[in-house]
Amino acid sequence: MNRKNATPTEKPDIRLMKGNEALAEAAIRAGCQGYFGYPITPQSEVLEYLTEEGRKRGMVVMQVESELAAINMVYGGAGAGARVMTSSSSPGISLMQEGISYIACAEIPCLVVNVNRGGPGLGTIQPAQGDYFQATKGGGHGDYHPIVLAPASVQEMADMVYLGFDLADKYRNPTLILADGALGQMMEKVEFPEYNPADHIPEKPWATTGKPKDRERNILTSLHIQPEKMEEVNRRLQKKYETICANEVRYQLVHADDAEILVVAFGLAARISHKAVEMARAQGIRVALMRPITLYPYPYDVLRRMKSTLKGALVVEMNAGQMIEDVRLGVEGAVPVKYFGRMGGIIPTPEEVLEEIRRMSGDGHGAGDGHHHAMHDQILEERN
Amino acid sequence: MDNPREVEMETVSCPEGLEVVWEKPETLTGNRMHYCPGCGHGVVHKLLMEVLKEMDIQDKTIGVAPVGCSVFAYNYMNIDMQEAAHGRAAAVATGVRRMLPDKFVFSYQGDGDLAAIGTAETIHAANRGENFLVVFINNGIYGMTGGQMAPTTLVGMKTSTTPGGRDVETSGFPFNISRLIAMLPGAYYVTRQSVHTPGAVRKTKKAIRKAFEHQRDRKGYCLIEVVSNCPSGWKMTPVVSNQWMEENMFPSYPLGDLKTDGVLQPLKGN
Ligand SMILES: Cc1ncc(C[n+]2csc(CCOP(=O)(O)OP(=O)(O)O)c2C)c(N)n1
Ligand code: SF4
Repeated sequence: MNRKNATPTEKPDIRLMKGNEALAEAAIRAGCQGYFGYPITPQSEVLEYLTEEGRKRGMVVMQVESELAAINMVYGGAGAGARVMTSSSSPGISLMQEGISYIACAEIPCLVVNVNRGGPGLGTIQPAQGDYFQATKGGGHGDYHPIVLAPASVQEMADMVYLGFDLADKYRNPTLILADGALGQMMEKVEFPEYNPADHIPEKPWATTGKPKDRERNILTSLHIQPEKMEEVNRRLQKKYETICANEVRYQLVHADDAEILVVAFGLAARISHKAVEMARAQGIRVALMRPITLYPYPYDVLRRMKSTLKGALVVEMNAGQMIEDVRLGVEGAVPVKYFGRMGGIIPTPEEVLEEIRRMSGDGHGAGDGHHHAMHDQILEERN
Repeated sequence: MDNPREVEMETVSCPEGLEVVWEKPETLTGNRMHYCPGCGHGVVHKLLMEVLKEMDIQDKTIGVAPVGCSVFAYNYMNIDMQEAAHGRAAAVATGVRRMLPDKFVFSYQGDGDLAAIGTAETIHAANRGENFLVVFINNGIYGMTGGQMAPTTLVGMKTSTTPGGRDVETSGFPFNISRLIAMLPGAYYVTRQSVHTPGAVRKTKKAIRKAFEHQRDRKGYCLIEVVSNCPSGWKMTPVVSNQWMEENMFPSYPLGDLKTDGVLQPLKGN
């Protein structure tokens, strides 16, 4: 196998880069051997950068006929034991869902990147977070979860490539990076860490590399026609997800100590919310920010721990309110949870978020519960 | 084992006075096949595995199984295999071949898998000249799902979704996809064979061997279409199904080479 690009990198260096380019550069440094993709705004720079730089440094980089083909090439290439990835944006990721389901069941480690744009449908090429449900709740058919990482800076666009590949290999599971269009397009400083792929990429004795005489044949399949076998496979997968949930939760907590109000947001929305939280703090409002870094597994525990000291939680999202459901699960009905967000590719401003925080701190309940989630509350209450 | 009908076949030693004329190669697992009596799938599996054995490339070959009756091909082929989603075998094979450029790769697909749901992947793999072999079983029907129309179903042919026979106005024409593929510059060797007589079996095996040799020499994409029967789907006995195939399938899908050494061959039939 071609590991030309898998040599140790030189000194970590600092560069000014677009998020998409930083992600692509990190992929090369992470020892990614194969990339299969199809152009779509706002992530085409990944394909373009890798075509130029990745090929030069020994990678197989292919623009193929569709996202459907791309994800199935990832299945084949990663199944053959290579470190392989694809990237796309929302409509393309929808096309990949069948493949991701097969990959999850056949337990093939790989990296999928979604630079989220506004939907539904063809939507808009502007940034959004509308693919949260699709990313975290499975997306395709059957009971499975990719590990989902949510970067909030260009630096993290790079960092999460290494982490994403390593977690994929560790658990033989697909990892999905869910970034939004703005993170792909904006330029920031990024530092590339020392990372020697050879120290990270494990042996893959399960891979289909050709059966030598002295081992059984390797079969990668998601077909288990006998119900008992299929249930057994499902149990194994669920057990793996439990382990992932126990070991891999990552989040960032800011100003948590004395907080009465907790703002929860991920990705770009978290950066904006962070700014709003600092502004609110300057006005004496006791508000904290929790930014999930892993969207699956979700940091429910931190919410559970904090719920008794909170007056309320505000979930800021660039969608119609998706992650709010997980926040509600986390606080278990103990405090009101309010949604604030923008859709269609519109990015909320720190001032708008500040306004919501102020309103919430003013009356103690926030400005009314997210109307479309009333049903969910009832169900929770019944369970309690 | 996944397949409830999967049973190890018995091995018998050769009685005295008799001569061994065929032995199961180690490239076959020995699991009893689940195919219906008289079905062509099993014969083609056997030929493929014999060729791997003869070329001594069992340890260098990765197969890609389709969704269709041959979905369990990996239960019989004693090699590393990947099971692809319905229609995506050519994309999966591309991924394998591109990441393991020194290995041998083939996909094994039915007509629904290759020429309906997987048409885009099929055509583009051929057009890129992917250096692998596609074995294409054309039985004119969807065997696995119970005998529905396939893209290759003949005009007038009855299936569960063309009960009055395929009519062109509703369902279009039988899809001669191998001819289409032969026209693509990326395709190096395209041939149409069958396995219904000993002579045909020998020719098909030769074609398979040739395709793997082309792959070894990095000549590019090879496609072997095997016009085959589906006694169950066609609702015929194996013997009658073979006669029916000769009389009805072969005129629409004439046997022979469509492209050899990158050169298109003169058209036969319609
Ligand atoms: C996405 C998807 N759609 C439909 C099916 C159901 N399906 C399974 S096999 C098959 C047709 C197989 O026919 P063919 O490829 O001709 O192979 P044969 O069974 O005749 O050998 C279909 C439609 C599926 N498994 N996946
Ligand atoms: S249904 Fe048809 S194709 Fe499938 S095993 Fe039976 S005869 Fe063969």
